[in-house]
Amino acid sequence: MTSIMNFIHALGQYDFLQSALIAAIMVGVMSGIIGSFIILRGMSMMGDAISHAVLPGVAVAYMLGINVLIGASIFGILAAGLIGFVVSHSKIKTDTSIGIVFSAFYALGFILISLAESSTNLHHILFGNILAVSDTDIMTTTVILGLVILFVVFFYKELLITSFDATYAQTYGLKVHILHYALMFVLTLVTVSALQTVGIILVVAMLITPAATAFLWTDRLATMLVLSASIGAVASVVGLYFSYTLNWASGPAIVLVAAVFFGISFVISPKQALFPRLWHGTNAKKKRVIA
Amino acid sequence: MLTVKNLTVAYDDTPVFTDVAVNFNAGKITGIIGPNGAGKSTLIKAMLGLIKAQSGTVLSDGHDLKQLQKQIAYVEQRKDLDLSFPISVFEVVMTGTYGKLGLFRQPGKAARDASRAALEQVDLAEFADRQIGQLSGGQLQRVFVARAIVQEAQVIILDEPFVGIDLQSETAIMAILKQWRDAGKTIIVVHHDLNKVSHYFDDLVILNHGIIDYGPVDDVYTADNIERTFSADLSAVLFSPAGGSKK
Repeated sequence: MTSIMNFIHALGQYDFLQSALIAAIMVGVMSGIIGSFIILRGMSMMGDAISHAVLPGVAVAYMLGINVLIGASIFGILAAGLIGFVVSHSKIKTDTSIGIVFSAFYALGFILISLAESSTNLHHILFGNILAVSDTDIMTTTVILGLVILFVVFFYKELLITSFDATYAQTYGLKVHILHYALMFVLTLVTVSALQTVGIILVVAMLITPAATAFLWTDRLATMLVLSASIGAVASVVGLYFSYTLNWASGPAIVLVAAVFFGISFVISPKQALFPRLWHGTNAKKKRVIA
Repeated sequence: MLTVKNLTVAYDDTPVFTDVAVNFNAGKITGIIGPNGAGKSTLIKAMLGLIKAQSGTVLSDGHDLKQLQKQIAYVEQRKDLDLSFPISVFEVVMTGTYGKLGLFRQPGKAARDASRAALEQVDLAEFADRQIGQLSGGQLQRVFVARAIVQEAQVIILDEPFVGIDLQSETAIMAILKQWRDAGKTIIVVHHDLNKVSHYFDDLVILNHGIIDYGPVDDVYTADNIERTFSADLSAVLFSPAGGSKK
């Protein structure tokens, strides 16, 4: 209990901790939202791939002294395009194509970073360093969060129908591929933001775990988005607390908290019904009807 | 009338069919039958622009169908869908309004009213709030027919709508198809077996890597055509006096 009081006290005292908290909440929200679409489209592997594939972009950006977002976006979209190209121009399946492209990009990223020999701490890129979030980082993260929310609000029905029934969307003339690449672009931006809090390696966890947890609690997409964003934010804040108090790396701390939330939901959520009596047996009844 | 001209589709240089030419009449329910792998689904997917045709055009009353995409409704096979998706029956039907709404416009009261009415037409109003995975196969098929109602299309294409569904759903769907027919729409149904062919359809297209025959059911659904397309055995069973054929 005292450590929580200490954390709250420190929050009032240190700017860096306030910045960390704000960044954590924003990243939790945006990755929870985009992650929901990623898991519903069966693209968890793709999320993992894009998050790793931005590494060379980060390296190049440091070398050239340009904004990390630009470098990362270029490589993220390039990877998504290349994965799609290999699949549509050969008999290679998507998961195989993803494996080849993302590992190649990741490897390239490592070599470029070692060539750059900058003061960039590879460890921080890989595992996140939320306590070193700068004011500029907060600014860009805010802009990206705004973009994510606008994207989902304006294209909600397109995202819904292409995730649920892309064939149907195509028959009424929706440009399904354009939407796919738009989503990949937004995913890349989210990845770069999440890089500060959880690092490249664990970005995929922030995309998938809160969304999967939310999925266990609801049958409505809109509810799932709000729930997933909330779970992402809460996991980030709790993770930050552990990171600060116990001196754990922020990324693993946040990801473990999210995983615990998922574990709890897995056991007690109504969809799972491991313990149907908790829910007055309603779900057990439903299941019988289906069978 | 829907006119298909010189349609050729190939997968990896192996043609599924070459130079297919066929007409689908407005105000008729047309069935497409043929053995497995005959290219039935390929034909309608090519017509819908879902797969690329090597050559050929599809005209609707003389206009290129590509310009009229919002005039076609497609009821696909249920097995291609993720039934655990967090979406309700009502929301699925509402997606039928998306094509006409276009980008940046959200479905409003008119869309909701139309969706509710369509659900009533297929007798599923009470299931509106259910998650789609909780429905039976037949009920689910009716949901997608309801979506097609909401689309208000002139051409409706259904891919094997009667597979694995209950009698009640079959009757409900057939009633809707007949309503559409009487309203002068063009209805095309890919059919998986030879059951009830003359009961369901007005016109028939027999396909086997190309058109075997097409026209009114009574002219096309003959022992000779079935023997040519499927087998002599099947033809004998269906058309022998003891087999209870309709002819």
